[in-house]
Amino acid sequence: MKSLLLGNEALAQGSIDAGLSGVYAYPGTPSTEITEYIQKSELARELKIHTTWSVNEKTAMEAALGMSYVGKRSMVVMKHVGLNVASDVFMNMAVSGVNGGLVVVVADDPSMHSSQNEQDSRFYGKFAMIPILEPSNQQEAYDVMFYAFELSEKLKLPVLLRLVTRLSHSRAGIEVKERRDPNNISLPVDTSRFALLPMNAKKQYDLLVSKQETLIQYSENSTFNDLIPGKDSKVGIIACGLAYNYVMENIGEQEFPYSILKISQYPLPKEKIRSLYRQCEKILVIEEGYPIVEELLHNYFDDDDKTKGRLSGDLPRTGELTPGIVGKALGFHHNSLNPIPSVVTPRPPQLCEGCGHTDLFNTINEVIPEIGNKNVFGDIGCYALGALPPLNTINTLIDMGASITMAKGAADAGLENVIAVIGDSTFTHSGMTGLLDAVYKNSPITVIISDNSAVAMTGAQESTAVGRLHKICLGIGVHPDHLKTIVPLKKNHKENVELLRKELKYKGVSVIISERPCVRLSRDQKEQIKARIAALN
Amino acid sequence: MRTNIILSGVGGQGILTIAAVLDTAALNENLFIKQSEVHGMSQRGGAVQSHVRISDKEIFSDLIPEGKADLILSVEPMELLRYLPFLKQDGWLITDSETFQNTSNYPDKDDLFKEIGKYPNHIIVDATQIAKKIGNSRIANMVLLGAASSIIPLSESSMIEAIRRLFQHKSEKIIRLNLEAFNEGKKVAEGIINLADS
Repeated sequence: MKSLLLGNEALAQGSIDAGLSGVYAYPGTPSTEITEYIQKSELARELKIHTTWSVNEKTAMEAALGMSYVGKRSMVVMKHVGLNVASDVFMNMAVSGVNGGLVVVVADDPSMHSSQNEQDSRFYGKFAMIPILEPSNQQEAYDVMFYAFELSEKLKLPVLLRLVTRLSHSRAGIEVKERRDPNNISLPVDTSRFALLPMNAKKQYDLLVSKQETLIQYSENSTFNDLIPGKDSKVGIIACGLAYNYVMENIGEQEFPYSILKISQYPLPKEKIRSLYRQCEKILVIEEGYPIVEELLHNYFDDDDKTKGRLSGDLPRTGELTPGIVGKALGFHHNSLNPIPSVVTPRPPQLCEGCGHTDLFNTINEVIPEIGNKNVFGDIGCYALGALPPLNTINTLIDMGASITMAKGAADAGLENVIAVIGDSTFTHSGMTGLLDAVYKNSPITVIISDNSAVAMTGAQESTAVGRLHKICLGIGVHPDHLKTIVPLKKNHKENVELLRKELKYKGVSVIISERPCVRLSRDQKEQIKARIAALN
Repeated sequence: MRTNIILSGVGGQGILTIAAVLDTAALNENLFIKQSEVHGMSQRGGAVQSHVRISDKEIFSDLIPEGKADLILSVEPMELLRYLPFLKQDGWLITDSETFQNTSNYPDKDDLFKEIGKYPNHIIVDATQIAKKIGNSRIANMVLLGAASSIIPLSESSMIEAIRRLFQHKSEKIIRLNLEAFNEGKKVAEGIINLADS
């Protein structure tokens, strides 16, 4: 019997079967289940595959590069915006190259179901000049891992593997292949390529540029870039990754007259595209995310009323594709649909019943009439929901860690009574360095770390902050008199409000750690957290 | 054969358990399956849905095209209506009568039922009430699955087998309660669906 796996899980199983030695990641929707699957896999445990969460995407990618340096296959996993955090090492390891196979798995979130933007990771792959693979279904997500490691080891380059929400979070039956053994340790023959001093970097960069033709050749010959020829040359269709499914769904069992070029490997196979372009009167590019391929075609060919897609308006410029949207672009007729009755009201997400963040926000809301309603800077996590009614506490959420640094900037500009609210895991991910900035200048800000002992939004994964926040803050240089701990419970409301008022009066950095475990933690998880704290002391 | 089912509800109400039963049963019958689900922010008390597609031929899209759902099975009446654009001409609507009111502007219950009543192929099941009688309101999802079972092209035995397998690590009592819920739901729907067929 086939195994029923999410796209994320299929990819994870594929990585194990393709000889993975370590996965490095920070949780982020829609990518989280990849690492979780390997963490739960008995086979992975037997093979001693490294699976512990990293502090952020940059540390994760660097560790993956370290594992690759010694010759083993490693994978680093993140959501699209995580790649921004890791972009420093991402760009440079394309120049140094890798030793053991290294696959960067990035799950994009078109339509921003759980994200701040819908950036398309293929841009990053092109920017770094490395191969990109974009599986269209769950079986391909499994199969592609074997190929990805092979390609990475052959080219000595990292490979970017792009997923999107609908593939990550959709299940299908998967057939598995024979497992490959992980690599043994085998250090690089010449380590100078990993020492990116200008003289080495220049050489490596020239090498990377010279590899581009080879990369295109791989794409030309890739079985992942498949042409289905059609009889009618009026339209040629280029369908990238998941978009291919929506094309095939619309065709169903009908005879389809047009040629379809499926793209799941980049850089684009120029010759395949050129030949389709020459044959057809019009090219329709269907891609999930940004109109990257469409733009490239405009660059390749001068005439360009001929290429259609998201830029031409044949498909919407933003948001994820659906079978309906693609059907319309392909010219399929659709029956009228039942409307959503007007009685139906929106049901946005909200904080769980009994959540400690709510009590913390109630405490902050008590002082807002005194300090003004635009002074609270927020961050990424469940507590971002504090920006919505009925709480309306926080005003900003931009990226991981920005609460503290934006608060500092606002205080530098002269705003008084500035508050930053950040979660425990977001704080260790990207808040610590900003806190050092604030401490260094003793900026008058009050940082509240809402510590629920978990990476809650993505499913209550382990937080590296557990048991360490107090010491970290002291180590960074927060004055012990202004490092406070509260428990956000209704019974403590009054004294918590008083403490917050007092710290707001202090014209320097205060940190208030607001401690209450996430209500989603299971009894087992709570026990594990206790044990971890005990082991620290 | 191809069946498209939309499962809907509020994050945390257990629609993924229904999906898991359908997936397991379909795979057991050697059918193709695709099932998309919602993870992340919406799971915090927001509107969630899962698309379940079962077929004897390869399935391409993970999402059900609008106007192509044979059944919308909802654990909450307003969430049933949210996905009406997906319903095909003669498709079925099945929902729990119990509302989940976590917003300040939740509509009047009767208005919701009036809208559902406009579609002849509908069943409103007192699933939560039935589940409570059996002993646990959390098994309302299995009552609903039972109610929908005769219009889902999977054999009853493979669905029952799937429920057993899904709860195999829980107690025998939990398996029994879930199976009882499935059967009670089936009984509620029997009369109504036969009527519609005739």
